[in-house]
Amino acid sequence: MTDTITTTSNTHGLSHDQLLEITYYLRLTRTLEERLVALFRQAKVIGGLYRSLGQEGESVAAAYALDYTQGDVVQPLIRNIGSILVAGARPADIIKQYMAKADGPTRGRELNIHFGHPQRDGFIGQISMLGDMIPVMAGIALAGRMQKKKLVTLAFIGDGGSSTGAFWEGMNFATVQKLPMVVIVEDNGYAYSTPTSKQTAAKTLADKAYAFGCAGVTIDGNDVLAVYGEVKRAVERARNGEGVTLIEVKTFRMKGHAEHDNQAYVPRELIDEWQQKDAVPRFEKVLLELGVATQEQLAEIQQRVKREIDEATDEAERSPMPTPSDAARGLYIEDGYWNG
Amino acid sequence: MAETTYIEAITQAMHEEMARDERVFLIGEDVGVYGGAFKTSYGLIDRFGPERVVDTPISEIAIIGAASGAALMGMRPIAEMQFIDFITCGYDMLVNFSAMSSYLFGRACPMVVRGPAGGGTHGGPYHSLNPEAMFMNRPGLKIVAPGTAYDAKGLLKAAIRDDNPVLYIEHKYLYRRVKENLPDEDYIVPIGKANIRRKGKDLTILTWGAMIYVADDAAAELAKDGVSVEVVDLRSILPFDEEAILESVAKTNRVIILHEAPLTGGAGAEFAARIAEKAFDYLDAPIKRVAALDVPTPYSPPLEAYVLPNKEKVLAAARELLAY
Repeated sequence: MTDTITTTSNTHGLSHDQLLEITYYLRLTRTLEERLVALFRQAKVIGGLYRSLGQEGESVAAAYALDYTQGDVVQPLIRNIGSILVAGARPADIIKQYMAKADGPTRGRELNIHFGHPQRDGFIGQISMLGDMIPVMAGIALAGRMQKKKLVTLAFIGDGGSSTGAFWEGMNFATVQKLPMVVIVEDNGYAYSTPTSKQTAAKTLADKAYAFGCAGVTIDGNDVLAVYGEVKRAVERARNGEGVTLIEVKTFRMKGHAEHDNQAYVPRELIDEWQQKDAVPRFEKVLLELGVATQEQLAEIQQRVKREIDEATDEAERSPMPTPSDAARGLYIEDGYWNG
Repeated sequence: MAETTYIEAITQAMHEEMARDERVFLIGEDVGVYGGAFKTSYGLIDRFGPERVVDTPISEIAIIGAASGAALMGMRPIAEMQFIDFITCGYDMLVNFSAMSSYLFGRACPMVVRGPAGGGTHGGPYHSLNPEAMFMNRPGLKIVAPGTAYDAKGLLKAAIRDDNPVLYIEHKYLYRRVKENLPDEDYIVPIGKANIRRKGKDLTILTWGAMIYVADDAAAELAKDGVSVEVVDLRSILPFDEEAILESVAKTNRVIILHEAPLTGGAGAEFAARIAEKAFDYLDAPIKRVAALDVPTPYSPPLEAYVLPNKEKVLAAARELLAY
């Protein structure tokens, strides 16, 4: 397999600074997750820890194709942590969220990267019911159109999530309404322990686009510039009123469903094969070949990332746990809890 | 002042709120060109256009989900379920996404989900649901169930202006059967406030929706025997007017809770428990519930009539309580 890997070197008009910024976000994602693993092992992460290892490339590249000044909104799944970093999420907030801290984005009420506000943050985290965010993102796009904005919504769904009724209803509605929406369906091999072959009999997840009547395409999800180019094109189509695009990205979940899962059900050779296709070194190799970056610059980026994650960790560790009685507050918005 | 039916009151509320606030829009099945399966959205598309009166595929998840997404963007959607029974198809979206918006994320999600509920119209088991109890135990929603044209209009306006998701349960039996003169001027009925429909001192009937008329009839019948019945129309199921309930019970010392949904696990169980916890000392007799049988609502008129509460069932319960 390894000799067949080709990586796009078309930079789609991205400047050197932008290409280096993408590298920064890739490294930031990976380093942040490594830090979260360390915190998990110290029992400082309260709940489960879900890795995006192997999926950083498509997460970052897709989110980088949006224009947040236009009000664009990205909706990550748990393995798209890189996408919200691009949209502006602070690593300290993500760590606080995992550590269930009082001043985290949900103040200890929810976990993972389930947070964000489409208007304020440019991203909105999923809820655990897979597929539900597709209709919600359609509604955000619908509201944007009603409000005469030119915003585009970008939703992630997985091979597993694409089996849900909510996904189908949302895709159908969005396509009928010709909403400015791009949906990335990730085939990362497994939904928990279930391989994609047990999830759908469709040849590709992009084939589902035919049923909706929207555009559909399959691409290498571990080729950063290929993902960026395809999503950018879909975003422009959406912004021009040409409707929904379903982009299937072929990628791989390099870890188990969560830290507790040793993924014994995944053949070892499959993991080895995908290790060769890791998006991060592939992208950096292109940058080096194009003369966009030097090894020294990449090392500097890594140092900057480590420093930022250290600072974010310190901030999160200093944060208090919530006051128990606050659990009774904020059920209705007029309660004022969230203003204080 | 103009005589207005219950359904016209709902239509008026939507017209007036959409005219008052451009963030308000309607989304649902057949709500646009057709004007709604019951003509509830009559005239809306002509006045406000297809951008604000959105016809959808048969997709309750998409309707509630898209309304929720739009609400987070500052819009004020009204999502119509063609029959409230079909809210079960979008249940997940409403309870897991919309209802948790404030508590989990601090996000205002100002939206209304409304639709025709209730039996007595021979709609059969899939067109007769009274859904309040299945939402009461999932915190985050507000739930209202008007029984009069005045309340139908005022509560819908309040629901539309509320910053939280509100489940608005309209009783289709009442659509064209009740009417009254409504004020010409703008008004709302506050969510969470009961209405003492009839004052009395011997027995309280706590009820809502179409059952308020069953309570009225029973009260009139009992008055002939010199029994003074207080009818409390709860109007809001969540949050509910605990103060009004307890005050009435403290006055009459006897209470019947009357609702159209099945007895077991019905909203009445919660009200009964609340009264037992907080007004036990005032009670001269057990708390009595009159509700539908614990079966789906059957289609054939004699079967349906047997299942649903009626005046005779209320009178039997009342006489039992008055004998204490």
